[in-house]
Amino acid sequence: MRVVACVKQIPDPSTPYKLEEGTGWLLRPNDQVLDDTDRYGVEMGLQIAQANGGTLTLVSMGPTGSAQGIRQALAMGADKAVIVDDATLRGADALTTARVLAAAIGKEGFDLVITGTESTDGYAGVVPQMLAELLGVPSLTYATSVEASSDQVKIHRQTVTGYDVVTSGLPAVLSVTAGVVEPRYPTFKGIMDAKKKPLETLTLADLGIEAGPAQEVTGVNPAPEREAGRKIEDDGSAHLAIIELLEQKKVI
Amino acid sequence: MSEISFVRPDPNDFLDIDALLSEEEVLLRDTVRNFVEKEITPHVGEWWEEGHIPTADLAKAFGELGMLGMHLEGYGCAGTSATAYGLACMELEAGDSGIRSFVSVQGSLAMFPIWKFGSEEQKQEWLPRMATGEIIGCFGLTEADSGSDPASMRTNARRDGSDWVLNGSKMWITNGSVADVAIVWARTDEGIRGFIVPTDTPGFSAPEIKKKASLRASVTSELILDNVRLPADAVLPGVASMRGPLSCLNEARFGIAFGAMGAARSCYETALEYSKERVQFNKPIGSFQLTQAKLVEMMVAVQKGTLLALHLGRRKDAGTLTPEQISFGKFDNVRHALEVARTARSILGANGITLEYPVFRHMANLETVYTYEGTNEIHTLVIGQSLTGLDAFA
Ligand SMILES: Cc1cc2nc3c(=O)[nH]c(=O)nc-3n(C[C@H](O)[C@H](O)[C@H](O)COP(=O)(O)OP(=O)(O)OC[C@H]3O[C@@H](n4cnc5c(N)ncnc54)[C@H](O)[C@@H]3O)c2cc1C
Ligand SMILES: Cc1cc2nc3c(=O)[nH]c(=O)nc-3n(C[C@H](O)[C@H](O)[C@H](O)COP(=O)(O)OP(=O)(O)OC[C@H]3O[C@@H](n4cnc5c(N)ncnc54)[C@H](O)[C@@H]3O)c2cc1C
Repeated sequence: MRVVACVKQIPDPSTPYKLEEGTGWLLRPNDQVLDDTDRYGVEMGLQIAQANGGTLTLVSMGPTGSAQGIRQALAMGADKAVIVDDATLRGADALTTARVLAAAIGKEGFDLVITGTESTDGYAGVVPQMLAELLGVPSLTYATSVEASSDQVKIHRQTVTGYDVVTSGLPAVLSVTAGVVEPRYPTFKGIMDAKKKPLETLTLADLGIEAGPAQEVTGVNPAPEREAGRKIEDDGSAHLAIIELLEQKKVI
Repeated sequence: MSEISFVRPDPNDFLDIDALLSEEEVLLRDTVRNFVEKEITPHVGEWWEEGHIPTADLAKAFGELGMLGMHLEGYGCAGTSATAYGLACMELEAGDSGIRSFVSVQGSLAMFPIWKFGSEEQKQEWLPRMATGEIIGCFGLTEADSGSDPASMRTNARRDGSDWVLNGSKMWITNGSVADVAIVWARTDEGIRGFIVPTDTPGFSAPEIKKKASLRASVTSELILDNVRLPADAVLPGVASMRGPLSCLNEARFGIAFGAMGAARSCYETALEYSKERVQFNKPIGSFQLTQAKLVEMMVAVQKGTLLALHLGRRKDAGTLTPEQISFGKFDNVRHALEVARTARSILGANGITLEYPVFRHMANLETVYTYEGTNEIHTLVIGQSLTGLDAFA
């Protein structure tokens, strides 16, 4: 069984992000880390691949840099990694990203593609669905629990009120929520082996496609300062003022 | 001509020591750091207060990571560099010295002698299960009347037919009561020899030492050997002198040079945060010159000690590190870590004496670290002897 996990390297979220003057694109340092939300996809992929005698391939788009984030996912146990890194992809939007990932995944071959639901730096939350459409396979999204065999996948899809049970044959695209499984720590052996695992870098020419940003950042504005809240002094009737406020906001 | 960079230094890595680590070392270090932050730090204050740790669970978790005997090759061990082992010790001890002690004892004091001086059969039998944490080991050298001068030990082993019979007792033995196997050093007609003693052997017992005010998140025990009969193949064939236990201690002390800086870093970082938040006289206490002087002293001590440890790590990996240089690291880093802990304690004021913050726990723990694995004084004498060629021990 060929399982593919999409993983994204992002600037360390504990450091301040900087945008490029003019384009409004995020400046990506050489040392990027594995997006934390993708650790769940990697863990899910490892569990499914191990249970069904398969392999786990990582697919990523973005500047390779030191590839430290990818090594982190390889150290968890993935078998190999493919990174699409091409200068013309700078500023790629979600659809471009999905097209590039679809081309790389199609070239690799797959039975199941696993993604996060939303990346930590871009949080568009649409790449998985686009990917499924482009690959021409069903998408099972927002999974909070997953059962997979070599020809079928069944999930609990998170909804506002509870969950739906969704089942599909393979191949398919699956997006998992944080907490779907507990990601393992990379083992020391895994960390040392990661160096020896294949890490292939592809350009758009290698994939035989053309792509580039189809969207333009027309403006970047700082988030509005949060206004100071209103203080209600309790003279015995504060509850009434609060109820009135909540009614105004239509929350009760 | 080279230029000066105006990038502001990171208060938690002022000299950018991270830049001296390989990508693999950073990944390994971060893995242990995450593990400690998630699995150790939230609980260790309570373990310390109760004087109890979930040893078997921890052993298993450490085993899964590959932390136990990580710097040894083969037999299920990860086979990392010495520097990587040091970095792991640093992160563990940023959690708690007792937790780091657990890993030091298992890897450097219990597994290492088997790996270094054991027969092929002994290695096959013990090491793989010790690497996974299924079997816990301890190291019995110190005795009640034989501490800094271990060669004066009284525990003895005599041959009886093809068997060995051990008598005596050991004191202050980390993991003693929870160990499945003890490496016991004993006097024999052939010199000091190491024995692999399964702790369920008749005549062996290991009462736990209570009422400790330091290293409380670690089990410390007495080992009692009352006519413990062992087969001929229980002895480690590779050594019959004090070189045996001392070479184990070299491994562990090397890790302590790193570990102490982990504890110190935790104290410094806690104090730095605290000093920015705690307000007195309408100002954060970090704005007072006296507090800043303390913070600077602490930061400089942590950075210098970390550089020293890393330098020792690189030398060990290159095969050029000497025992005297390990003494340098143990001596200097532990005393500075203790000073940093005491200074941090003062910055936290009354909060500094509680177990809500890690500082007091580190400070109390470091008193043990100052004493075990060769006291500060003994390492001073080792270095002094190396400088003068004159022996001041006795
Ligand atoms: C050379 C280059 C430069 C780039 N520069 C920028 C830039 O300046 N600014 C910027 O914002 N983005 C940049 N990108 C990244 C790209 O724009 C985003 O990946 C894309 O917009 C997807 O949006 P998202 O992360 O919000 O996806 P979401 O839909 O939120 O992601 C959902 C899931 O899809 C998967 N996924 C998403 N993106 C990737 C990916 N790239 N690789 C693998 N899996 C993925 C993950 O599993 C993720 O959890 C660059 C990419 C390249 C190749
Ligand atoms: C929590 C804990 C865990 C331990 N774990 C282990 C373990 O797992 N295995 C093990 O074998 N041991 C272990 N030890 C024992 C430790 O190694 C000894 O305590 C240490 O070697 C010192 O011995 P001592 O306590 O007998 O002190 P002593 O040797 O009696 O020393 C007392 C004081 O005299 C000083 N002194 C002694 N000789 C000289 C000299 N020649 N010149 C100047 N000053 C001198 C010492 O520096 C010290 O200040 C542990 C100890 C503790 C506290």
